Amino acid sequence: MSVLTEDITGQGVLDPSLDSQMTLSMGPQHPSTHGVLRLDLRLDGELVVHTIPDIGYLHTGMEKLFEYKKYQQGIVITDRMDYLNPLGNNLAYVMAAEKLLQLEIPERAQVVRVLMCELQRIASHMVWLGTHALDIGAMSVFFYCFRQREKILNLIESASGGRMTPSYFRIGGLMMDLPAGFDRKCKQFMDDFPEALNTFETLVTGNTLWQSRTKDIGIIEREEAINWGLTGPCLRGSGVELDLRRHNPYCGYETYDFEIPTETSCDVWARFKVRMRELYESHKIVRQAMERLKPGPIKADAPKVVLPDRDDMRKHMDSLIHHFLIVAEGFNVPAGEVYMPIEASKGELGVYMKSNGGPKPDRVHFRGPSFVNLSALPDMCEGEMVADVVAIIGSLDIVLGEIDR
Amino acid sequence: MGTEVLHEYVEKLKAENAAWVGDVADAFGEVTIIVARESIVDVCASLRDTHGFDQLADLCGADRGPEEDPRFEVNYHLFSTIHYCRLRLKVLLSEDDPHVQSVEPLWRTANWHERETYDLFGVIFDNHPDLRRILLPSEFDGHALRKDYPLRGYEPYSMN
Repeated sequence: MSVLTEDITGQGVLDPSLDSQMTLSMGPQHPSTHGVLRLDLRLDGELVVHTIPDIGYLHTGMEKLFEYKKYQQGIVITDRMDYLNPLGNNLAYVMAAEKLLQLEIPERAQVVRVLMCELQRIASHMVWLGTHALDIGAMSVFFYCFRQREKILNLIESASGGRMTPSYFRIGGLMMDLPAGFDRKCKQFMDDFPEALNTFETLVTGNTLWQSRTKDIGIIEREEAINWGLTGPCLRGSGVELDLRRHNPYCGYETYDFEIPTETSCDVWARFKVRMRELYESHKIVRQAMERLKPGPIKADAPKVVLPDRDDMRKHMDSLIHHFLIVAEGFNVPAGEVYMPIEASKGELGVYMKSNGGPKPDRVHFRGPSFVNLSALPDMCEGEMVADVVAIIGSLDIVLGEIDR
Repeated sequence: MGTEVLHEYVEKLKAENAAWVGDVADAFGEVTIIVARESIVDVCASLRDTHGFDQLADLCGADRGPEEDPRFEVNYHLFSTIHYCRLRLKVLLSEDDPHVQSVEPLWRTANWHERETYDLFGVIFDNHPDLRRILLPSEFDGHALRKDYPLRGYEPYSMN
């Protein structure tokens, strides 16, 4: 815009001769910024001229910490990144290590991983929908969403012992098998969930107020979305049919039957519709995974990497030795580097892992979908109203724990 | 998926300009091309415009340690939303001269990735429009992900 000039940082600064212009610092404690994100909004009246996101408030040096922890200790750190999708983080991390170790993961472990990840995706989308609606002014949706999320967290808790920090996936398989009665509880949830989805559709999707607040706002065209590196629902909302579960499959996702929802209107509404339709697809995948649950081993046959069962340790000397060595010294991972991308609930979650042969990684880098999606925010907000910025942030579904790491 | 497809792209790149392609590594089903830092923008432009690698999935730095030369790596993880292949480009930089051209003009997503790499490793991306620290405070001293930077820092850090 013509009012922009350049300052030393190359960012837009305001023309002091114009009375209508002002700078608004939004955040870092603003509830609609979903954590501690600060936005430097340069405004002309109600119109956003320029947005400068300011991140790093939650930076805890996790990538540095990985280099000082053994491979199996790193799993715990990943829980704290995207704390709405911890199982997805666990999965990306352990799969990167498994790729380096070239481990073969048993069928049952793969199915349980898919099952849990899709449940987690539903839980993550529930928080997105609840907070997105809350930002725009629909109070009650939040409570309905969190009621559903609570049921999923209970399921995750029953399997792993943790609600927000499960660390359920381990290098080579799972921490432990699903508990007795999990099938029944999960089936109960699956039977009830379509009715909840119906509630959301009637509360939100069909609401004309909702539609007028989301349509034609925060537009990002197809080519731009690819150039900005957007992934996940944000990219599919711009009409690109890309889902790593289909196109770079892992955990046997290629054998599941599901659709990739896409929308072409490229706005907040499109991203909303994509995520809503993904809820149905995840529901479908969980059902298929439940049918495939057959008894079998849940850990890879690699005694030097995978912790032995407690029972084995009491009976076999070598199991006890392996257990001691894995815990005390860790296991050596072959030297090399891998990039392991998965389709997390927010987009492509990539783990770059570099090993120099020892029990601790040389470098672990997380390519968080929130980090990349947020970087495109200034482009989407330009020319919109201040109130719409809140809607656009909601539609990106960011988690600051992952952005700042 | 085999890596034959990826090697085809490497061959095509070689045919275009043999100087672009340094060592090629094939491990764990991934192909890595070592690229000289002078040609990284040209290689990326060619891969993006003629070979369909239209997305920069990730860009990250790595430190091999203070005694190594070249010390720093910058990894470019390219992805194609057309044929769904991935390719890794690697630029090696010495400690005395950690400069590389920015790919921000090609992919705007590189903006934040390069800022992060600058922040944590001190790699300087020439031509970057806004090379400031992104995760750490602007007055922070040093680059935290370098191997010679201690885990707990040099002194208790205070925001005041």
